[in-house]
Amino acid sequence: MAGLSRDRSESVFEDYKGEYSRDQAVAEANRCLFCTDAPCVKACPTHIDIPQFIRKIATENVKGSARTIFEANILGMSCARVCPVEVLCVGDCVYNAMHMPPIQIGKLQRYSTDKAFDQKWRFFEAGKDTNKSVGLIGGGPASLACAHELRRFGHRVTLYEKRPTLGGLNTTGVAPYKMKAERSIDEIEWILGIGGIDVKCGVEIGEDVPLDALEKKHDAIFFGAGLGADTSLGIPGEDLANVFGAVEWIEQLKTSRVTTEGVKHCVIVGGGNTALDCLREARGLGIERVTMLYRRIETQMSGYIHEWKAAEMAGCRVEWQSLPTAFEGQGRVERVQCQRVDKTSFTLDAELVLVAIGQSKLGALLGALAGIRIDKGRVVTDDSGFTGRPKWFAGGDCANGGKEVVNGAAEGKTAARAIHEFLARSR
Amino acid sequence: MPDLSTNCGGIKSPNPFWLASAPPANSAGQVQRAFDAGWGGAVWKTLGVPIQNVSSRFGATVIRGVQGAGFNNIELITDRSLEINFKEIYDTKKKYPKHAIIVSLMVETKDEWKDIIKRSVDAGGDGIELNFGCPHGMCERGMGSAVGQEPKVNQEITSWAVDFSSVPVLVKLTPNVSDILPHGLAAKRGGAAGVSLINTIKSIIGVDIDRFVPEPRVAGLSTNGGYCGAAVKPIALHMVAALARDERFKLPISGIGGVCNWRDAVEFILLGSSSVQVCTEVMLRGYRIVEDMIEGLDDYMRSHHFEKLDDMIGKAVPAFSEWGDLDLNYETIAKIDPQKCIGCHLCVTACMDGAHQCIFPQESTRVPRIDESECVGCNLCKIVCPVPECISMVDVDNGFKPSTWNEHVEAGKVLRPKKGAH
Repeated sequence: MAGLSRDRSESVFEDYKGEYSRDQAVAEANRCLFCTDAPCVKACPTHIDIPQFIRKIATENVKGSARTIFEANILGMSCARVCPVEVLCVGDCVYNAMHMPPIQIGKLQRYSTDKAFDQKWRFFEAGKDTNKSVGLIGGGPASLACAHELRRFGHRVTLYEKRPTLGGLNTTGVAPYKMKAERSIDEIEWILGIGGIDVKCGVEIGEDVPLDALEKKHDAIFFGAGLGADTSLGIPGEDLANVFGAVEWIEQLKTSRVTTEGVKHCVIVGGGNTALDCLREARGLGIERVTMLYRRIETQMSGYIHEWKAAEMAGCRVEWQSLPTAFEGQGRVERVQCQRVDKTSFTLDAELVLVAIGQSKLGALLGALAGIRIDKGRVVTDDSGFTGRPKWFAGGDCANGGKEVVNGAAEGKTAARAIHEFLARSR
Repeated sequence: MPDLSTNCGGIKSPNPFWLASAPPANSAGQVQRAFDAGWGGAVWKTLGVPIQNVSSRFGATVIRGVQGAGFNNIELITDRSLEINFKEIYDTKKKYPKHAIIVSLMVETKDEWKDIIKRSVDAGGDGIELNFGCPHGMCERGMGSAVGQEPKVNQEITSWAVDFSSVPVLVKLTPNVSDILPHGLAAKRGGAAGVSLINTIKSIIGVDIDRFVPEPRVAGLSTNGGYCGAAVKPIALHMVAALARDERFKLPISGIGGVCNWRDAVEFILLGSSSVQVCTEVMLRGYRIVEDMIEGLDDYMRSHHFEKLDDMIGKAVPAFSEWGDLDLNYETIAKIDPQKCIGCHLCVTACMDGAHQCIFPQESTRVPRIDESECVGCNLCKIVCPVPECISMVDVDNGFKPSTWNEHVEAGKVLRPKKGAH
């Protein structure tokens, strides 16, 4: 697929959580208690029937296991790798209450879904043609899940993606020790295998195709555009070379190469999961010293504690309650001037700075459309993904403000069902 | 300190743990290593006219990842010459005079029985065990379970053996009968000093579902084997107890069938066994399991103030009753300890799908609610619960005096209203 260089910096990373052999998977699957109304299922945004798919691994009905997973979540293969299972399914495993190791649900899911992919098993067919057409804006997890579900209903689907690759952050943003870009691309090819999804990459809605033209062309529209560019700090020196927005830098790492030449110390600004990913990515690229600057304290981070602990284990450091006030250097960044909450200041040498303080919201793209409400940049929807303007639905980061791949997958699928009902009504 | 030594039908050993007549008791090297590990006795692998075995020979069941919960074999009696076997028995007995060596035998004619028993006694055997139980291969040749299933033949051969033997004779019974009692009584009439049971159960352990051949597979065929291992313990316990409680029987019993640890052994002893024999668990884990068996039994006897094995043999037999004598007015209900509950809801499903629909999920907590007015006290929830002692069965005082079905039918005693019969 276009947009993915053969020579990529992410290639040096190894899987943080290894894959299970058959024997390991069966042994782990046999530990599962097969809970009823299981807490792990409730914790999963896509509500995969986890005890059922695990039991099927134990009986070596792997095909059935994969079917159970994909029936709930067509992005089950990447979610198995990228989901923060520690705070979702695994975190709610009843074994935790017994102070025993919880079932490794993510690794088991990876076992089944990888096998399905490797064996080229297919589970779903497109429904009978309904002669209804749906346009999807954005080619990330939410839109992909939505498109696949719409095809099962038999609707015609066109996917508009402004970038050269599909998959959104699943392709360009996932930490490479969890999943590499080509696995996301592979998964997308597999999803598109249902047939009838017309992909238009390099097309920007609002620029290349006006919104009103789109609305006229399609019977329904799903807005799954994700998030926009990295937010900047607005401090002096942000335009120096080697000062990057984190998402931009990670995209480069995953789709081509980033340079670490001459970088002895990397400073990362922020305390969210993107900042935490950057810490381990910078270390993984061989940068000797990596320091996070975060304005608050550990318990107030929006990033997951288990991710911070992993970064700490990887040798990363932190300056709590600290903010950068300026980046300095001759053309290229050399120093970061910092200030603590107590107003004391200090200076860090830095040859690379990654700013991970969030991404802009894209709701404004739809701001001109009557009936659609935008709240702090997010598109407001009801539980089904309906925006309030006939034909228009939304889901994923542009609506939820920026969550996990699995949330996007869940919201895309839910919206597909709402769209299907809407199309049935408007027949 | 409790005395673990036993006397089973005149065969004495320092503890009640014997290797059963099987692959672990096939040779001197094995039996001597077993004695070094702590086994009190060994029933030597059955001697007779040496046979030729097939390949493969064993099969096992797997349940939720546990290998060998049940086990079966199509191996026959010894395939080594009698001379070697008797020389090894002689050497072993000489080296281990306090340990019991029982020689298991299986031949056809009266002359053969006379000859082989004499040689067994001459080799130093402390006892003879007549293999009337093997349910595969040998029975096709008129031996093993073919004998054990016919009380008259059993009695006759037993009486020959008793005549020929100067040491105690145990008869090993087959479970492949509808009622064990006539077979135990036949052995008694034949003059046996005791019985050992159960031998293995006729079985097919599984099927190779890609080759369409049962297991264990020998080229393109298989045959029925003898089922054993942990899974058969309940069948063995019942047959042991059925003999132990019968007034006409009253012979010593060597209990066999699924004994894996000291707890199993205690159960067999409480139901009337004065020794226990072990094979499968040794095949799966080796002789060293006996260390735990000895310690566990010793500690159990201390905690119950049993000074010697006799104090506990058959202790649970009087409580093995008929259904008609059970108190229908006795009532228990399940209670869940909310501190221990992990919220898996296995009890909810078990009760809904497999019992009496009286355990329900709650809105505010993962701890289920039990409708005590409907709970029949069946135990299923306690059985499926993964947390030890989280669910307990509690006695309920319902105000009704005890009444059995027999008393109800014969004397019109009042029964409490039925529960869970909705």
